[in-house]
Amino acid sequence: MLERSILKFTWIHSRSSQLWILFIVLLSMPTYFMSLDLPKQIVNGPILGQGFETAGVEQTFLKLSWTISGQEWILFEGIQLERLNMLFALSGTFLTLIIVNGLFKFYINTYKGRLGERMLRRIRYSLMDRLLRFPVRAFRRIKSSEIASMVKDEVEPIGGFMGDAFVQPLLLGGQAITAMAFIMVQNVYLGLIAIFMIGIQFIIIPRMRRHLIRLGKERQITARKLAGRVGEIVDGITHVHVNDTSHYERADISSRLAKIFYIRYELFQRKFFTKFLNNLLAQITPFLFYVVGGYFALQGKIDVGQLVAVIAAYKDLPSPIKELIDWDQQRLDVEVKFSQVVEQFDIEDMLDEKLQAIPQDPVGPLAFPIEVNGLSITDDTGTTLLSRARLTINAGSSLAVVGPSNSGADVLADTIVRLYVPDSGSVSFGGEDLFEISESVIGRRVGYAASDIFLPQGSLRDGLLYALKHQPVSERVYEGPDEQTRQRFVREAAITSNSKLDIDADWLSIDNSLAESGEGAVIHQLLVDVLEASGLEDDVFNLGLRGEVDPHKNPQFADNILSARKALRSRIEERKLSELVELFDPQAYAEQATIGENLLFGTPVGEEFAPEKLAKNEYLRSVLRDAGLEDILVTKGIELAETTIGLFQDLPPDHEFFNQITFMDAERLPDYAALLKRAKQAGEAALTSDERYMLIELTFSYVEPQHRMGLIDEELQNRILDGRNNFKNGLPENLTETISFYDPETYNAAASVQDNLLMGRVTHGIARGPQRVFEAMSATLKEMELRDEILDLGLEFDIGSAGKRLSSVQRQKLGLARALIKQPDMLVLNRPLSALDGRQQAAIVGNVMKYIEHHPNKPAVIWVVSDASLASDFDEICVMAGGKILETGKREALMKSNGAYSKMLAE
Amino acid sequence: MALNDEVEMLGNVSLFAGLQPSQLKLLAFTSQRLTFTKGDMLFNQNDSGDAAYVVLCGTAEVIVKINGSDVVVATLEKNAIIGEIAILCDVPRTASVRAATKLETLCIEKEQLLKLLKEFPAMAIDLMKVLAERLAATTADLSTARAELNKLSAG
Repeated sequence: MLERSILKFTWIHSRSSQLWILFIVLLSMPTYFMSLDLPKQIVNGPILGQGFETAGVEQTFLKLSWTISGQEWILFEGIQLERLNMLFALSGTFLTLIIVNGLFKFYINTYKGRLGERMLRRIRYSLMDRLLRFPVRAFRRIKSSEIASMVKDEVEPIGGFMGDAFVQPLLLGGQAITAMAFIMVQNVYLGLIAIFMIGIQFIIIPRMRRHLIRLGKERQITARKLAGRVGEIVDGITHVHVNDTSHYERADISSRLAKIFYIRYELFQRKFFTKFLNNLLAQITPFLFYVVGGYFALQGKIDVGQLVAVIAAYKDLPSPIKELIDWDQQRLDVEVKFSQVVEQFDIEDMLDEKLQAIPQDPVGPLAFPIEVNGLSITDDTGTTLLSRARLTINAGSSLAVVGPSNSGADVLADTIVRLYVPDSGSVSFGGEDLFEISESVIGRRVGYAASDIFLPQGSLRDGLLYALKHQPVSERVYEGPDEQTRQRFVREAAITSNSKLDIDADWLSIDNSLAESGEGAVIHQLLVDVLEASGLEDDVFNLGLRGEVDPHKNPQFADNILSARKALRSRIEERKLSELVELFDPQAYAEQATIGENLLFGTPVGEEFAPEKLAKNEYLRSVLRDAGLEDILVTKGIELAETTIGLFQDLPPDHEFFNQITFMDAERLPDYAALLKRAKQAGEAALTSDERYMLIELTFSYVEPQHRMGLIDEELQNRILDGRNNFKNGLPENLTETISFYDPETYNAAASVQDNLLMGRVTHGIARGPQRVFEAMSATLKEMELRDEILDLGLEFDIGSAGKRLSSVQRQKLGLARALIKQPDMLVLNRPLSALDGRQQAAIVGNVMKYIEHHPNKPAVIWVVSDASLASDFDEICVMAGGKILETGKREALMKSNGAYSKMLAE
Repeated sequence: MALNDEVEMLGNVSLFAGLQPSQLKLLAFTSQRLTFTKGDMLFNQNDSGDAAYVVLCGTAEVIVKINGSDVVVATLEKNAIIGEIAILCDVPRTASVRAATKLETLCIEKEQLLKLLKEFPAMAIDLMKVLAERLAATTADLSTARAELNKLSAG
């Protein structure tokens, strides 16, 4: 249970700090009062001349003495000073007091601020700490953005309050009581009037604030729900678009904002009315003093001097009272926020802290057999998910659980890793109940993958290694200032009960041994092995090939790729694969590349020569003009436009086929039609520069083998080659950084590794052409032992938020690889490959089973599959339907028995 | 002009015989020329179907797995269309197809073919005819096979 009262919470966690700050505040009082008193002494004494009536008279300065029961104890005799010196001495003291006061204030404010921030840190951390122990089912109702809003925003104002939580009321209360006492001493009746009025304030104002509290609560909840909706819209943005629900979402947001507006408006109205009333009551008291006190004075019941003194004393009363009420207001506000948040984090069935304790020793092997006994699970609507399931899993055995998605197979697998809580029955690991086992055992010795996977933003490598980051393997050693930073971190963490673990330490624990640190080579081998088993290796390799490398930073790599380029070229020749690839040659037209690419013959860097606005580029246009290419390309553009328009003339406009034209934006087809008409009527020469640009642009994307319209002849090719040479040779100095030319002899920093390796194009229209070229590249890299380097490059790929830059298939393979990389004692795989088609799934199941078979620590496997044919590699098969286990046994036995499994196979 | 060659060849495919030259040209333009070397698989049994192929020149073999071994059940030559069933009724490929020689094809993607059929009903009717003929032939084969099977089991 979290403490729900903010004051109690603050007191429990900052008692000594609160007492210390109170002590310091009290300590600062004497100097404060002295500094108030001193100006009077300066004015009356040296300036107005009290006590210095005759010239040469000296007064005592800084005499320190106490009078106790008539006896004077002198600590310091003081110094005798004459008038001018006295002025300087007193003014100097005044300055000193001001500085001391300022320093006190500085210290107190800093201390309170730090205290508040520490408490805030503690609250936030303890909320997150609890969140990490929530039962899994709790998350079915939670919106992540609401939680984020609570942890980040809603507790924020609490920190500011905590520093003042105790000091403020004590101080202000003290001041108010002093003033009250003074009034009481002067005149009891007037004192009673003051008390009465204050009493009214204290009774009425809080009553009015009840509404404020209610509104404050509503405001907080509506704002939190707004945050939740915003998160929901962001997460489901694709569905907003495909369902055209953006207006519904707008309306929803609008109505929420309206609600928040009304609440806040009402809140302001009430707040300022309360303030008004508060001020009024405070002002009525002096009115009563004048009326009642004046009446008494006229009656002669009190003397005028007393009345003046009372009114003077009362001046000091409203401000502490007001501040006290303000403090109370703030307390209520914060109290509401705090209890609101705490309520959300007070959940039943939280994971026992002990189960998440960091183990001191290596986590022992998983205890087998795993017994599932009469396991039944219903969901919160009462639907049976699993009914009296019984199962035994022995060490090293493999079990395929076959069943469709509502068969209970998923629930069975998820229960074994504790994602469900059974209603009856049990799961035990070597006799010990599953729910008594530490999370470190389940989390480290069981590899789990399901169809969805959590991926923190970062590189692919980070995503894979996430499963190994259980606790720091070794303390990181810091030196110098870094060491102090670390020590400070540890100190502060201790004060606020935060985690002291070092995020920058080595967290990778391999092979379950804590002592062994994550050696680069070991990790690398592990990564390569699991990538291979999970079928992700080729994806990573591809990502690596598509990556870019700066040859200046990594000259060795660039050199290697250049030698690989040579090796690839000879391989292509040897294997008679030349028809698959067209290699770039600066002196030859590249038929497989576009006309635009042939002219540039390089990779654009930045926007200058970007393909989409290449035809508009001034420099390129001048090159074309000088080479006499412009007119030719315009003519070719007309030819191309004519053929294209002819092709599509029978189709209604905006027919989907128009999207097939890769060299022209379908929407611009009518523009081109109009352009052709004009060219026919007025002749080509009459076309404007912009129109000519349109036609040239058309030709720039043309590739003969792909578009097959017979546009390019040898004559044109030679002209383009001339243009290419002129373009390169005449390139102005200021543009040299905007293009990186293709050169068979050097590494092109702007191009991907793959393009660098090939330095050419795959021929169009040959079946499996790209794959075969890829295979050749892959084989060459393997031969030259560069494959690992490419894999390393691929592992650095930034997978984006939640891995969204990977395909769903790649994410699932990554999930599987991550389950394997733990080197677990048991694998629980809950349809980890559902995004893959049957053949791919079968291949990976086979791979993984082979990987396991050859592993020194052969893990047990529970693999949930939808397709019965995927189950053939497993020792045992368990067939499920409707939450029940229909049959369990060896494959052959099930086949013979002619039961559910053989039926499924026949389907 | 390469495109025009393809148009001519497409005109010889019975399925597309009823199309106007301009429609044939469109079909050629929206499809992709694909060359297979001998032994290449066009697709495998149980793959999901994403394209149909028209044989422009060369020979293709239709292969079915029977009791774990590959059996060639048919050979397809110039002007044949391959793989249209998987596209039309969204079932996995019913057989594997392999290039028996160097094979020039025009590959028509599923989406494009469906759009064409929608646009040109004459083509849909022709396709229906081809499929019906094929069904008739298959049915005849089946009855012959059944009769032989009966004879065998009787004898």
